[in-house]
Amino acid sequence: MKKSTRLKVCLNHQYLQGSWNFECMQNGGWCYGLLPALKELYPNKEDYDLAVERHLKFYNTHPYVSAPIVGIVLAMEEEKAKGADISNTSIQDVKIGLMGSLAGVGDPVFWFTMRPILAAVGASLALSQNILGPIFFFVAWNVLRFGFLWITQELGYKKGTKLITDLSDTFLKNVTLAASMLGMFVVGILVQRFVQINVVNIQSDLDMVLPGVLSLCLFFGCTKILKKGFSPVLLIVILFILCIILEMAGILVI
Amino acid sequence: MQTILVLLVAFVAGIEGILDEFEFHQPIVACTLIGLVTNHLAEGLLLGGSLQLIALGWANIGAAVAPDVCLASVISSILMIHGLESAIEARYVIAFSIALAIPLSLVGLSLTKVCRNLAIQLVHKMDETKKVSYYQWIGICMQGIRVLIPTVVLLLIPSSVICSILEMIPVSIYKGLLIGSGVVCVVGFAIVANVLGSKFTYPFFMIGFGLACMTSLSLLSLCFIGGGLVWLYMLLNAKEKSNKTSDDPLGDILNDYE
Repeated sequence: MKKSTRLKVCLNHQYLQGSWNFECMQNGGWCYGLLPALKELYPNKEDYDLAVERHLKFYNTHPYVSAPIVGIVLAMEEEKAKGADISNTSIQDVKIGLMGSLAGVGDPVFWFTMRPILAAVGASLALSQNILGPIFFFVAWNVLRFGFLWITQELGYKKGTKLITDLSDTFLKNVTLAASMLGMFVVGILVQRFVQINVVNIQSDLDMVLPGVLSLCLFFGCTKILKKGFSPVLLIVILFILCIILEMAGILVI
Repeated sequence: MQTILVLLVAFVAGIEGILDEFEFHQPIVACTLIGLVTNHLAEGLLLGGSLQLIALGWANIGAAVAPDVCLASVISSILMIHGLESAIEARYVIAFSIALAIPLSLVGLSLTKVCRNLAIQLVHKMDETKKVSYYQWIGICMQGIRVLIPTVVLLLIPSSVICSILEMIPVSIYKGLLIGSGVVCVVGFAIVANVLGSKFTYPFFMIGFGLACMTSLSLLSLCFIGGGLVWLYMLLNAKEKSNKTSDDPLGDILNDYE
């Protein structure tokens, strides 16, 4: 398969969630991503239609860690087009087998570690009215994201199904653990730096004991309440109302 | 011209809200852009930065759909632009827009659920006609229109109506909202902590919380410290594991004594 085709697949794959639906989830986007490859491999209309059908099966994973799966499936499809005996179910089995375990890594790494870090750096710049904040966030995110998509897709394509055994459980667990530790480190920083509570008269005394002690208490309170299944949006509304009441009572000041 | 640019931002942000790739829909980008095209860059940055901190932990996981940040950031920035023409102080208008973004995110959530149900028909059409690209792009545009329609409605309301409503609200409420906008981001942090938290990760939370008191350290330099600590932990952890399976009985004994 031509490198340019693989690049086209990688670019198309960015629209994976475009037709996200409650029935087969990302199936349409997955098929759309593979189209350039299917067109090259199956010039015959009949084979092409069969291939499209084959790739409109249920699929749902984290949109970025989907890239290595795309790579592996590209390698399988190439073999199949050459005449190797690869059944439709074995392709679907590879997708189903990988999507769950990889999504378990993608969510904490990208949504709960990388995005909070980059977004917090950007937001702190933006709050001091510096235009570099949004620019930093946007550029850094997309460079890292597309780099990851392309590199892991190529890795999947070159290693093929061998990659599945390489991605051992311990490796994936270690990646998740490392990301989670860094993520929690950042959450600690955020609670200290960005939660602003200012109690009239006694705030300077509190800060001498432990800066951010009230933020810390509030944070632990929120984690407990949210763990019980309380709606985060409702919790935010309640906090806003509490702030209005406490401001009127003269306890909290700006 | 300004209106066209605002609509364009709304449309692209709506698309990104479902794709979750370029992160164009994140408040820090979307609010800033709407501020930029309407000549309110400074206020857009402030709104975007504050909303971004609140929305830090909102993510679509599996089939679950999170509150929708893209509708929230687009609509609340447009309301802010309207409100800035009133007699109310800019920081109060921003605080009000932040508070309003929260219920708006639920509106966006229900709209995206409607779109995700409609998309079922689209993929069925893909299967029947094999015109995958065509229906894929209809699906993508549908998500853009989801944010575009509320934006158009809001733009049709004259600023004076919104300003007179804003001017009726007493100042003490605004003060409370301003305080609240500095407090509610704690909920987003708690969401992240509930996903990542375990007995292995909370020690790092403590280190981060303690170190962040040093205001001379920038956020990125703190991340370097954190990254170094995590790396060190992983190295030591791997070393300990390899020791346990070693053929060195004396080494094992020594390790036990430590």
